[in-house]
Amino acid sequence: MTIAQAAANVSLIPIYVIGVYLALLLLLGVFSARLFRGTSADYFVASRSIGPFLLLMSVFGTTMTAFALVGSTGKAFESGIGVYGLMASSSGLVHSLVFFFIGIKLWAIGKRYNYVTQIQFFRARFESNALGYLLFPILVGLVIPYLLIGLLGAGATVAAISRGMFPDIFEGGSIPGWLTGLVICSVVLFYIFFGGLRSAAWANAFQTIVFMITGVIAFTLISQALGGVTEASSQTLANAPDLLAREGMIGHAQFLTYMLVPLSVGMFPHLFQHWLTAKSAKTFRLTVIAHPLFIMIVWVPCILIGVWAMGEGITAPRGNVNAVLGATVGRLLHDPFMTGLLTAGILAAIMSSLDSQFVCLGSMFTNDIVIHATGRDRFTDRQIIMMGRMFIVFVVAITFVFSLFPPPKIFNLAVWCFSGFASLFPIVFAALYWKRVTKTGAIASILAMTVVWFVLFYQDVINPSAERIAEGGDYLVWGMMPVAITFAVSSLTLVVVSLITKPPSESTIEKFFDLKAG
Amino acid sequence: MSWVVWGLVILLAILHHDVWFWDNRTLVFGFLPIGLFYHAVFSIACAIVWAMAVKFAWPSHLEEWADEIVPTSDSGTAE
Repeated sequence: MTIAQAAANVSLIPIYVIGVYLALLLLLGVFSARLFRGTSADYFVASRSIGPFLLLMSVFGTTMTAFALVGSTGKAFESGIGVYGLMASSSGLVHSLVFFFIGIKLWAIGKRYNYVTQIQFFRARFESNALGYLLFPILVGLVIPYLLIGLLGAGATVAAISRGMFPDIFEGGSIPGWLTGLVICSVVLFYIFFGGLRSAAWANAFQTIVFMITGVIAFTLISQALGGVTEASSQTLANAPDLLAREGMIGHAQFLTYMLVPLSVGMFPHLFQHWLTAKSAKTFRLTVIAHPLFIMIVWVPCILIGVWAMGEGITAPRGNVNAVLGATVGRLLHDPFMTGLLTAGILAAIMSSLDSQFVCLGSMFTNDIVIHATGRDRFTDRQIIMMGRMFIVFVVAITFVFSLFPPPKIFNLAVWCFSGFASLFPIVFAALYWKRVTKTGAIASILAMTVVWFVLFYQDVINPSAERIAEGGDYLVWGMMPVAITFAVSSLTLVVVSLITKPPSESTIEKFFDLKAG
Repeated sequence: MSWVVWGLVILLAILHHDVWFWDNRTLVFGFLPIGLFYHAVFSIACAIVWAMAVKFAWPSHLEEWADEIVPTSDSGTAE
């Protein structure tokens, strides 16, 4: 059969479904832009007016990336059901813990002192401009790979489902990654350009609903295609029993130390900004309670699909476990509409993180660098909004260009990004709960953590040994996740250096620790 | 009551490491591996404990403090 003949048999329905989904997002962008109040406070933190439901959906959508759908399925396909305890149930406990102890307090401090970015808080709390300039490139450096993973993941997903659709236009007949990246960037840019974080919150709510429903539909149809849930699990018990337990799949020290990774949410700059959008402290209540349940609703079906796929003898296309979900849908459902819907769900999960990250980086450039260096009074509010928009366009453009030249093993970077943020967690915790922590302690902690993180990262990603390449899987140090080492170094340095350096001024202590009204 | 809540949070952190089901392949309800079932129930338990935290240990003083007017020299930059 020629390529043209093959193309004639390939349905374009998945592309139409994705197109309709993106069009709905654009419409939502127009709607949410009408709610924009025209002030910089509205652009950067939605005038601190977001209610409980929107906060829950936007925080959940922001923390769950494409990994929640495709990565969880792929990882379960490879390592079994233990992946849920490793990554999901631990997050249900730790994320809500962070929202409760860190998020609400930062919201209160941010509201009282009108902070918009994380760095504004750290500069004031540690009485140090230098700390802001040190933290800025580290936070940006950790967010950018995270953005790239989203764009490249979207490109790979769309390329896989469009294979053979356009033989006369693209090589191999599939939509190239650069085009998907361009479309995704343009759609996200469209809705955040006009409405800022308010638009991102609305779009996240919509996208979170889409990817949650998509996951449940995929689970229902796949289980039916396998003869029901009992039959599907029995197949796995017969053909791949190891995946139904953790012995030999996940080590005890690995499982235990992975609990540190979800602490990363305490230092995500984009999540910090979402926290500041809350209308009141009470707004957090629904998020704190429902977050573990939402994680369960998305992850349990995906984990089961992953282990069922192995039991059914489905193979990972070209060894890529992240393609297992798509391959399972393709083999079991043969339904182009479902393929389109699932792809739209994956794109929803990706874009609901990308939008907040773009707005956040634009806000940081505007507030932490330009306005901080030149002074707030030099600009009108309209000029600040325009500057924010220009920086967002800049960040989107730079990210798109980076995505054209992806570094090798980009997908291995995800857990390293999370580990980096998690290792900065002791600083935000100490800033809120330890009066004695000093700016020198914080700076030393950031530097020490960065050096150790880079050494481990070098051994795993930049220059891995032949042994390491052969063993694959998670990089472990003495059986533990590397975050255990970087977190310990960061914490120890913070405490020791703080205790031997000059404590912060009384006025700063009063400002951040005397939290009683009146 | 808040001490009970924080005690439950610590208990959950300990119970997360379920060595007792590490090598158990029993299928609960005929389809759900017990290790996955346990952690799904763990997620529900987390939601219940967080609901208790919201009810009994809520930092209500923060809201009032956040709403107080403070001198503008302490402000951030965008508002």
